[in-house]
Amino acid sequence: MNAVYALIIVLGLVLLPLVGAGVAGLHALFGVVIPYVAFFTFLVGFIYRVINWAKSPVPFRIPTTGGQQESLRWIKQNKLDNPSTTAGVVGRMFLEIFCFRSLFRNTRMQFKYEDGPKLYYGSSKFLWLGAIAFHYCFFIILLRHMRFFTDPIPAVFQWLDKLDGILQIGVPNIYITEFVILGALLFLFLRRIVVPQLRYISLPADYFPLFLIMAIVITGILMRYFIRTDIIEVKTLTMGLVTLHPKVPQDIGVIFYIHLFLVSVLMAYFPWSKLMHSGGVFLSPTRNLANTSRMERHVNPWDYPVKLHTYEEWEDEYREVMKEAGIPVEKE
Amino acid sequence: MSKLPKPENLASSIDHRPPRKPWMDTKPEFRPGTYSYPAKPKVLENMGFPFPREWSPTDEDWKLPENWQEIVHNAFKDRLSKYRSLKVFMDICVRCGACADKCHYFIGSGDPKNMPVLRAELLRSIYRNDFTTFGKLLGRFGGARKLTEDVIKEWFYYFYQCTECRRCSLFCPYGIDTAEITMMGRELLHELGLSINWVMEPISNCFHVGNHLGIPPHTFKDIIDFMCDDIEEITGIRIEVPLNKKGAEVLFVTPSGDYFADPGTYTFMGYLMLFHEIGLDYTMSTYASEGGNFGLFNSYEAMKRLNAKIYAEAKRLGVKWILGGECGHMWRVVHQYMDTLNGPADFLEVPRNPITGTVFHNARSTKMVHVVEFTSDLIKHGALNLDPSRNDHLIVTHHDSCNPSRALGLFEEPRYILRHVCNHFYDMPDQTIREQTFCCGSGAGLNNDEFMEMRMRGGMPRAQAVKYVHKKYGVNTLTCICAIDRAALPTLMDYWVPEVQVAGIHELVANALVMRGEKEREVNLRGEPLPGKEG
Repeated sequence: MNAVYALIIVLGLVLLPLVGAGVAGLHALFGVVIPYVAFFTFLVGFIYRVINWAKSPVPFRIPTTGGQQESLRWIKQNKLDNPSTTAGVVGRMFLEIFCFRSLFRNTRMQFKYEDGPKLYYGSSKFLWLGAIAFHYCFFIILLRHMRFFTDPIPAVFQWLDKLDGILQIGVPNIYITEFVILGALLFLFLRRIVVPQLRYISLPADYFPLFLIMAIVITGILMRYFIRTDIIEVKTLTMGLVTLHPKVPQDIGVIFYIHLFLVSVLMAYFPWSKLMHSGGVFLSPTRNLANTSRMERHVNPWDYPVKLHTYEEWEDEYREVMKEAGIPVEKE
Repeated sequence: MSKLPKPENLASSIDHRPPRKPWMDTKPEFRPGTYSYPAKPKVLENMGFPFPREWSPTDEDWKLPENWQEIVHNAFKDRLSKYRSLKVFMDICVRCGACADKCHYFIGSGDPKNMPVLRAELLRSIYRNDFTTFGKLLGRFGGARKLTEDVIKEWFYYFYQCTECRRCSLFCPYGIDTAEITMMGRELLHELGLSINWVMEPISNCFHVGNHLGIPPHTFKDIIDFMCDDIEEITGIRIEVPLNKKGAEVLFVTPSGDYFADPGTYTFMGYLMLFHEIGLDYTMSTYASEGGNFGLFNSYEAMKRLNAKIYAEAKRLGVKWILGGECGHMWRVVHQYMDTLNGPADFLEVPRNPITGTVFHNARSTKMVHVVEFTSDLIKHGALNLDPSRNDHLIVTHHDSCNPSRALGLFEEPRYILRHVCNHFYDMPDQTIREQTFCCGSGAGLNNDEFMEMRMRGGMPRAQAVKYVHKKYGVNTLTCICAIDRAALPTLMDYWVPEVQVAGIHELVANALVMRGEKEREVNLRGEPLPGKEG
């Protein structure tokens, strides 16, 4: 049901520009105002969320250690999974952010009862693969779109464009990322539906971004291969946006407005949703701290004195029995 | 207490498929064997904790204070402002499900709310409702729900079905740590006077008497004398154990479980024999006679109050540095909290092994060394005369205790020792050891009798891994470096793999240790004949 809710919302979001930009001709609203508002919301929202997190201190040094600690000299430390230097932490975070290190560790438990319980733990890399495929494709697609926001287009974006179209199938060349990202999104969606535990924990907020991004990719593909859109006019609009001199060309098809509107929704939705994991992962105290807990003192900024039971108070209670037992005391 | 189902009945009833009803519509069933008894009012009063009262989880009315919603809301807000971990973890979970089958309680119970992701959602759903605009607007559609008495009951049930072992946090792509969630959840429950006796009574004992078990100083000495008698009988050597000795070089602190019950006592005897043999100038304290810290399980303040004794006593006795025994939660507190809570330890010196000269740089600020680090250094320098063949009847595997694994990364030290004190050592499968180790199922204050069914469920993954090496290599001994393990694992083994016994590392060390002037040993510390000395 949660998936259906999310799908209905995304379909509703497709209808809005279809009617608004297509039928009512509100091109300035959908082409300029909404994208600006969305981008502004994204930027301010993202920064606000990160600052808000950062305002809460990290009272204790609590890394989750994933390997051998730094200990005696002759014991080999696992410097990446259990770092004790800043360089080590940077390495760990790099692996986490660019290679999804923790997800790569994933296992799958299987339980069987046959003549007693049997547990198996197999390596399970599919989630990692799906996640890596999705995120890298998203990233490349985002960079590829920079050709709409730069003039002249820097060589790096042109190369990326060539690389992504390297298969040279079709006119225009199809991009590898477009189809890989669709596959990855489909996989991420299907596992939520098929795996009973995942279906049980999934909220509408888990399906919504999947459908939204799927819709963005699909409208992108439609625009490129099926419903041709005047690329020159589009660039006029996007360059207008980026140079803060917005122009609204009249001849762009409605499919473009749908695409742009969905992207705007994604941007505006981003900071208030679970998509903030992209910012949060940098602030996760179990990953971004070195395991130097006994080497360097970590200060808790809100530390306060607590009620103690001092040795003197304690000895007053036990002095007689201690003396009898021959245990040294402070006051005879 | 409930009747514990037979292993085969318990195991065959496990079903990992979630129910049809959404989780927000299901309520926990307080069935005997699945929950711990509440803290006695007297115990809460002793510690000055709020709202002490008689109540039972099976009651309809939990007698919550009048403004309980306001109390929870304010306490939640306070914790969000104090802990970045909590705030970030409330916001960034994507419910990818990687954690789901990593929890030993989920594996052993099949209860979907024991998936770490849902355990956290129990709190997150209230967070969204109380502290986020989207949550307020969208309600249940946005994963939010109102705080009701049923939510409080659910929190109590599931936050006391988590051992804060942090296995899930290893697999989470964002490092979301359920221990943080559970600790905060338990803190919120504390504000309403809801906690369990098996945590609070030890806290009160430790605070007032000196250790979790409430052993007063003279009894502590009696117990040690009794052990020294045993050691003398076995080795012919009389050991003196210094208590509250001023000016000693080292203060030794270990969990009270080690001198209270078998098989911890054998480990304790092991420490004493080792220290005697190397001539360590040390002392134990009857005031700080507890290494463990049950405060970690549910209250920052209690943790700090208990932990303060260690540094205070080190200062009073004028020692140079502190040595800590084999203990799990104790070492999480010592390693990740102590210096911050009660430091700086500027009155101590950077620990240096007086026998080998090794400086423990990794403990240079906290000034407390793990006994396993200490002993492996001794062995490396050839400071010990070891005869591993005395342990030849043992086929050993090692349980990496959760906290030394995922808070320190203490993996090679215990294995190095084991390889030198016994001849037959086999590791369990990779997915069940080292950083991926499975909990004993009884940590974080859940090692109580009334919780037995859940303990056997939660301990099942650990037990099955032991069973695997038992069948494959004939393993008959499970070593560990945690006092709760030594209390919990024997029961777990009896239930799932009765052929396997449980021992601390230093029990094996002491059995292999050839002491100067000892008589020919006939029996090990348990009084069992040594290999070749039977009959």
